[in-house]
Amino acid sequence: MSLFDYTLKELQDKLHKKEITVSDLVSESYNRIKEVDGQVKAFLTLNEEAAKSKAKELDEGQSTSNSFLYGIPLGVKDNIVTKGLRTTCGSQFLSNFEDPLYNATVVQKLQSENTVTIGKLNMDEFAMGSSNENSSYFTTRNPWNTDYVPGGSSGGSAAAVAAKEVFFSLGSDTGGSIRQPAAFCGVVGLKPTYGLVSRFGLVAFASSLDQIGPVTRTVEDNAHLLQAIVGHDEMDTTSANVEIPNYSDALSQDVKGLKIAVPSEYLQEGVAPEVREAVLNALEVYKDLGATWEEVSLPHSKYAVAAYYLLSSSEASANLARFDGVRYGVRSEKAENMLDMYKLSRSEGFGDEVKRRIMLGTFALSSGYYDAYYKKAQKVRTLIKNDFDKVFEDYDVIVGPTTPTPAFKVGEKIDDPLTMYANDILTIPVNLAGVPGMSIPCGFSSEGLPIGLQLIGKHFDESTLYRAAYAFEQATDHHKKQPVLGGDR
Amino acid sequence: MAEISKEQVKHVAHLARLAITDDEVEKMTKQLGDIIKYAELLNDLDTDNVKPTTHVLDLKNVMRKDEPRKWIEKEDALNNAPDKKNGQFRVPSILE
Repeated sequence: MSLFDYTLKELQDKLHKKEITVSDLVSESYNRIKEVDGQVKAFLTLNEEAAKSKAKELDEGQSTSNSFLYGIPLGVKDNIVTKGLRTTCGSQFLSNFEDPLYNATVVQKLQSENTVTIGKLNMDEFAMGSSNENSSYFTTRNPWNTDYVPGGSSGGSAAAVAAKEVFFSLGSDTGGSIRQPAAFCGVVGLKPTYGLVSRFGLVAFASSLDQIGPVTRTVEDNAHLLQAIVGHDEMDTTSANVEIPNYSDALSQDVKGLKIAVPSEYLQEGVAPEVREAVLNALEVYKDLGATWEEVSLPHSKYAVAAYYLLSSSEASANLARFDGVRYGVRSEKAENMLDMYKLSRSEGFGDEVKRRIMLGTFALSSGYYDAYYKKAQKVRTLIKNDFDKVFEDYDVIVGPTTPTPAFKVGEKIDDPLTMYANDILTIPVNLAGVPGMSIPCGFSSEGLPIGLQLIGKHFDESTLYRAAYAFEQATDHHKKQPVLGGDR
Repeated sequence: MAEISKEQVKHVAHLARLAITDDEVEKMTKQLGDIIKYAELLNDLDTDNVKPTTHVLDLKNVMRKDEPRKWIEKEDALNNAPDKKNGQFRVPSILE
């Protein structure tokens, strides 16, 4: 039994009663990391000394905190900057970025709740990838079977939570990078509505799509972590100024009368039979709980992947121009003039996938091709967004699989970019539409790998997602099953 | 839409400030060609009367008061620099 098997509520209760200390929680993390991270490889950088002294400080201080997050061990995806703690984005280019100058807004917010940052989590380089194999350091493994990928790009964030190395973590999601690894690792991952969570301090990949979100083992804990990181931030000009509900309130509501839409496109060819079956079983659970579901159409779904790769790569090509070898990061030692310094530093520092996307984006934005590729993709994005708007006129939530298949094996898809991209076909449309999406465990494959159920909501209606997700979780046992690692028996 | 040529790949690499080897040019020409060919799927759709989406939320320009405030100290900003001198970032000479 791990301390991380308790809920946040239970842990706070134990802390108040002094049955446990924050130092116990932090030791639980580092002991577990020592035990299993050799197999899972979720962490790029550990923050052990600072975390232990913070824990001691919290234990010795007079705690008057009512925060649910007080003293809880947190993992942070390595594209979210942490003051004084190395932040690499999974890239060799930032291998020497030891001293970020400030904390991302989300990190600042969590520090004020007194969470304890355990370390930085592995990811596909600059969040470009669906398997973690594009990390330039090493590939994180799926805790359920270490021959398999954990998903990506927030593979470290999902694997560390599934393996109970941290209580919860932050990820980021541009085309599925929280939900897909959450599905592969059997945890709860939310991509919030675009604009709900500040991206100040998130190293930008595709700015019209990126969102930071929470990864947890239960729906309830996910709601608590989201609550702590949302809100308007003047440091992020795309941050939305909206009223923030109390997400936990949604947990006490049942789903009687909830109107669920199931896109026929999300259950078609390409979706593995056992994934389809798990989703249909989930819909039966919802029916038993008093919800209704009907099949609908999101007719432009098949265009989403193509539009996404043009748009996200175009934005990335602009965002990654900042990596020039002047102010931070690695500079090539071969360069004798300024132009070579740019070219050689970037070529030595970036991996293949990052170069490929910068090239694709630069091409799509280049003179003579802009209208045919970039603008065309923006127009298709409008059609995809309209599909969602139309369905949400009549339904409360859209339900389908998070991914077409459970996790695949390390090495299986890495040589063919297009096959890898197709893996995100069910998560990408959500980013293009800017709506919130969540993945929760809904079953296991014959090989014992988790299957994710995706819930998609209206703009800023995270509450309905939590309501629906919690009702399902309470009615099923999928979230109670745990991976076997190291000395677990 | 045209196929992408090796010359175009080299040109794009220059625009993107990437030095790529001949082997990489070969590989990129094939891979980018495949991705662009796949993207031509979008031409199935008539989008003449569709407005492009740049942002999903109806965002306007966001302004703040133009007031100086304390943010990052110069010495700190130089901490991560690969090369620095006299309180400034140092780079190879730009003018010959």
